Amino acid sequence: MKLQRQQLLINNFFMFIINCPYCGERDQTEFTCHGEAHIARPDNPSEISDEEWGRYLFFRENPKGTHFERWTHDHGCRRWFNVMRDTVTDQIIKTYKMGEAKPEISNE
Amino acid sequence: MSNQNRTIYGGKVNREKPINFVFNGKSYIGYQGDTLASALLANDVHLIGRSFKYHRARGILTAGSEEPNAIVQLGLGARTEPNIRATEVELYEGLEASSQNCWPSVNFDIGAMNNFLSRIFPAGFYYKTFKWPPSMWLFYEHFIRKAAGLGQSPTAKNPDRYEQKFYYTDITIVGGGISGLLAALGAGRSGCKVLLIDENPELGGYLLDYNFSINEKDGKKWLKKIIDELNGLANVVILKRTTAMGYYDYNYLTALEKVTNHHIEFSSTLPRERYWRIRSKKVILAQGAFERPLVFADNDRPGIMMASAGQKYLSRYGVLPGKSVVLFTNNDHAYLTAFEFVEKGAKVTVVDTRDLLNARISEKCKSLNITVFKSYSVIKTYGDKKVNRIEIQQVDKNQNQLTGEVENIHTDCVLMSGGWNPAVQLFSQSRGKLKYDLKINTFVPDKIIENQKIIGSNNGQFNLQENLNESFEAGIAAANELNFNSVEKVNWTGKEEIEFTHSDVEPYMLGKKKVTKGSKHFIDFQNDVTAADIFLAQREGYISVEHTKRYTTTGMGTDQGKTSNVNALALMSHIHNKPVDEIGHTTFRPPYAPQTIGAIAGRSVDKLFDPERKTSMHEWHVENKAVFEDVGQWKRPYYFPQNKEDIHQAVKRECLAVRNSLGILDASTLGKIDLQGPDAAKFLNMIYTNAWSKLEIGSCRYGLMCNEHGMIFDDGVTSRLGENHYHMTTTTGGAARVMSWLEEFLQTEWLDMKVFCTSVTEQWAVLSISGPNSREFLKDLTNIDLSKENFPFMKFREGEVCGVKARIFRISFTGELSYEVNVPARYGRYVWEKFMEHGKKYNITPYGTETMHVLRAEKGFIIVGQDTDGSVTPSDMNMDWIVSKKKEDFLGKRSFTRSDTVRHDRKKFVGLLVNDKKTILPEGSHIVEKALKQPPMKMLGHVTSSYYSPALGYPIALAMLKDGFSKMGEQVVVPLMNGKIIEATVTDTIFYDKEGKRNNE
Repeated sequence: MKLQRQQLLINNFFMFIINCPYCGERDQTEFTCHGEAHIARPDNPSEISDEEWGRYLFFRENPKGTHFERWTHDHGCRRWFNVMRDTVTDQIIKTYKMGEAKPEISNE
Repeated sequence: MSNQNRTIYGGKVNREKPINFVFNGKSYIGYQGDTLASALLANDVHLIGRSFKYHRARGILTAGSEEPNAIVQLGLGARTEPNIRATEVELYEGLEASSQNCWPSVNFDIGAMNNFLSRIFPAGFYYKTFKWPPSMWLFYEHFIRKAAGLGQSPTAKNPDRYEQKFYYTDITIVGGGISGLLAALGAGRSGCKVLLIDENPELGGYLLDYNFSINEKDGKKWLKKIIDELNGLANVVILKRTTAMGYYDYNYLTALEKVTNHHIEFSSTLPRERYWRIRSKKVILAQGAFERPLVFADNDRPGIMMASAGQKYLSRYGVLPGKSVVLFTNNDHAYLTAFEFVEKGAKVTVVDTRDLLNARISEKCKSLNITVFKSYSVIKTYGDKKVNRIEIQQVDKNQNQLTGEVENIHTDCVLMSGGWNPAVQLFSQSRGKLKYDLKINTFVPDKIIENQKIIGSNNGQFNLQENLNESFEAGIAAANELNFNSVEKVNWTGKEEIEFTHSDVEPYMLGKKKVTKGSKHFIDFQNDVTAADIFLAQREGYISVEHTKRYTTTGMGTDQGKTSNVNALALMSHIHNKPVDEIGHTTFRPPYAPQTIGAIAGRSVDKLFDPERKTSMHEWHVENKAVFEDVGQWKRPYYFPQNKEDIHQAVKRECLAVRNSLGILDASTLGKIDLQGPDAAKFLNMIYTNAWSKLEIGSCRYGLMCNEHGMIFDDGVTSRLGENHYHMTTTTGGAARVMSWLEEFLQTEWLDMKVFCTSVTEQWAVLSISGPNSREFLKDLTNIDLSKENFPFMKFREGEVCGVKARIFRISFTGELSYEVNVPARYGRYVWEKFMEHGKKYNITPYGTETMHVLRAEKGFIIVGQDTDGSVTPSDMNMDWIVSKKKEDFLGKRSFTRSDTVRHDRKKFVGLLVNDKKTILPEGSHIVEKALKQPPMKMLGHVTSSYYSPALGYPIALAMLKDGFSKMGEQVVVPLMNGKIIEATVTDTIFYDKEGKRNNE
């Protein structure tokens, strides 16, 4: 799925109003960010090397630009979900449920 | 004589409603509708305060929120507030205010000698003088702060209530002047939700003070119609007396509403102030502009004010600030004020820096008998506490110097106008970029970043006619962009007698060649920064605008340079002979105006600061004189002193009661999580380090939780209630954290696992009874068979206790025979009281957390968060016994074999016994390799828990010690803060009942 960036900028007036996939738009103060998303826990921890395990534990992207993060709606439904956010502008581009595929980044 | 400066007619104050107020201990009378400043001027009080650094006499410069000089201490006692702008304070009956920064009085101020010593106080004086030696700064600071103070903070607790409001809207419009009103009308008619904010008590802004016409008719009536229509629109919310303070990312604004500040009596139902947190799809900035002062020697005397301020005092408040007035201007528009003053009976002389004057204005001046000095400048002023004479001299533009004779003019009021600066503070906070406009010689908005519009004079657009229609259309356009229907455009014809015209405003930086050391051409009135200071900063190399600001402190007062910034930049531009654009400008940051901390805190004060959690037995503990300690948000009994016992005596008695007979602890605060679902056991296997598949129904098991780094982060006992039903307990402080931890993995990693977690901490009251007599005691109160055979250690039973449905867990945190009785929370106190009554024959003793800690330490049971600190593994805690070797995977397992976690010299959990059998080691003490006279010493570990053990009769301690397991029996040294060195022997961690017989009884 490609997202048209310009389109999003126009539609997404409430940037810091976060669209919880379960509750809808709520104030940012109800949410907590938990860092990078899509870091799957290895299926076979005992079989992988220290380096691979270290990569899972310690290595994070910290990009300038589009970032995928896990958030919780703490003062709401308490559900975890993913957020696609621009770390430069803080714009929240998309929110989506856990288990859904990572959206592709479009630079258009 | 009262109100001697009040005009016979005119103004909008209510002359039928006199108001008594006190300034500097003297009573005055003003009228309803006055500000403190207008009422003082009406009573011919011009000397309001003393300046920050030189203690110069200062009066009233402006008539709005930009005021740098007339700042007062308002109110008395706990409600007193410093640095309040007299120009903004609405007069109320009984108001009391006083001057700041003067002693013993504003008229005779000893600090004023600084003015005569000013040659030794240039910019950077404090930096240069009090630099050496560095250690003395704290000493100097004490005196400098005292000398440079701006008012006094109240010392008593603030008795007022403050509120916060979260607000969501389509369009927020900041500024209720003509531009803001028309934008609100355009957007309001389109039907979208509009919030209009204005800092004044009355909407209309600039137009309230000047005459204008709309479609050839009286503009004021038209203005009232517009405001009436807005008031009638249900989708438009208007906040008056509300200042937009901060503009943050994505149109998040904060605003401070003064709700009851303008009343002497504080309401019991209304807050003093309300702090608005506004999220808005669009923002329209229409804040208007500030008039710019002119820079000339001694331009700060009382009686010298902005032309627009003079206009406002005259037309809105009916106050004539002077009778023999000089208008010093570099633009046409200020002539309106000259005409108004003549009309109200003043004699006016105009000093204009320009040599060409519009013919229409020339004629009108002639007809009104106004003398105009063209191409002249005010070069100096005189007057001790108020201006009484000025000197003027001709300006030779080509030579850039003053020429000809110096002429004297006697005057009692100087009005100055150096052009207008758009109020770009909020625009800049929203990351909007500014550019320097050479036509009006000021910074104007250039590039907008947010979803925002900026209109009217706020956008550098000063023409009334253009503003009328463009503002209205901006409102419609904003609504349109939010998909609201268009409404019809309107064409108004607006006219002022003299229009703002761009070319007429030119910069004038006076005394370019005349600025000498000690001369006082003020740039920043509030911080006493002169043109000479700016020159000095450049000479000394503080050339960057940010450096100049900090070195001279220009723009750093409570007014944040609203009147001074552009003049400072223009002077720098002149000194460096560079365009102002290249000089740049400093950064604008929130808040826009000073604001009370109380409003930011809102209701989150006192008991509402953080919730207090209390168990259902709490009141019993209070009645029985428990001393409480905070454990997270919980209030837990710390100990229960009897008679005059201190903590040591009470804890000793409580400990012995448990060891010898029977103790009771309120353990309700322990976290409790109900787990249900077919995958519950599988889930527990992943969460805990030990195995759970084979736990039978009715059995309990202790478990340790690690994070993925292999570090212990919580522990507790979990019991199997049914086939797919478990009851988990956590530490008191870790309950919420564990709950989140479980949810995180269920929701993000193992989405296929069928498990539900429910927090039941507050549903159960837990009475933990402990001691050799606990079985004897409990058996009379329950229908559950408590016999050793039928209810052994680490089992769980359901039944009735004192007639109440209960769950009993036979687990022990004291090492004694122990039962944790769980009853529904609402029966907690009932059962507790039954226990206390029935327990008398066993001398049942309630005990608190301190005794609990001692008893568990005697047994070497860890407390997560005290003995562990997030950096220790189960192996470090000598708890390999609870780590499953068979399970293929659980959280943290893989990290147990990382090179760092298998290091031999990691700190390990050991016991310590002091050799003197007396000293209780302070928790946190370091164990060192060798005790030296002073640090650094090589550290081997630290004491995590340390108590006097009543059961043993000597102190015990638990510690983390490098390679501790191989040091059993060895001697270590612990240096104390008092210089003593304590020797101790390393032991295992179980001090009492090593075989563990007692809890198996």
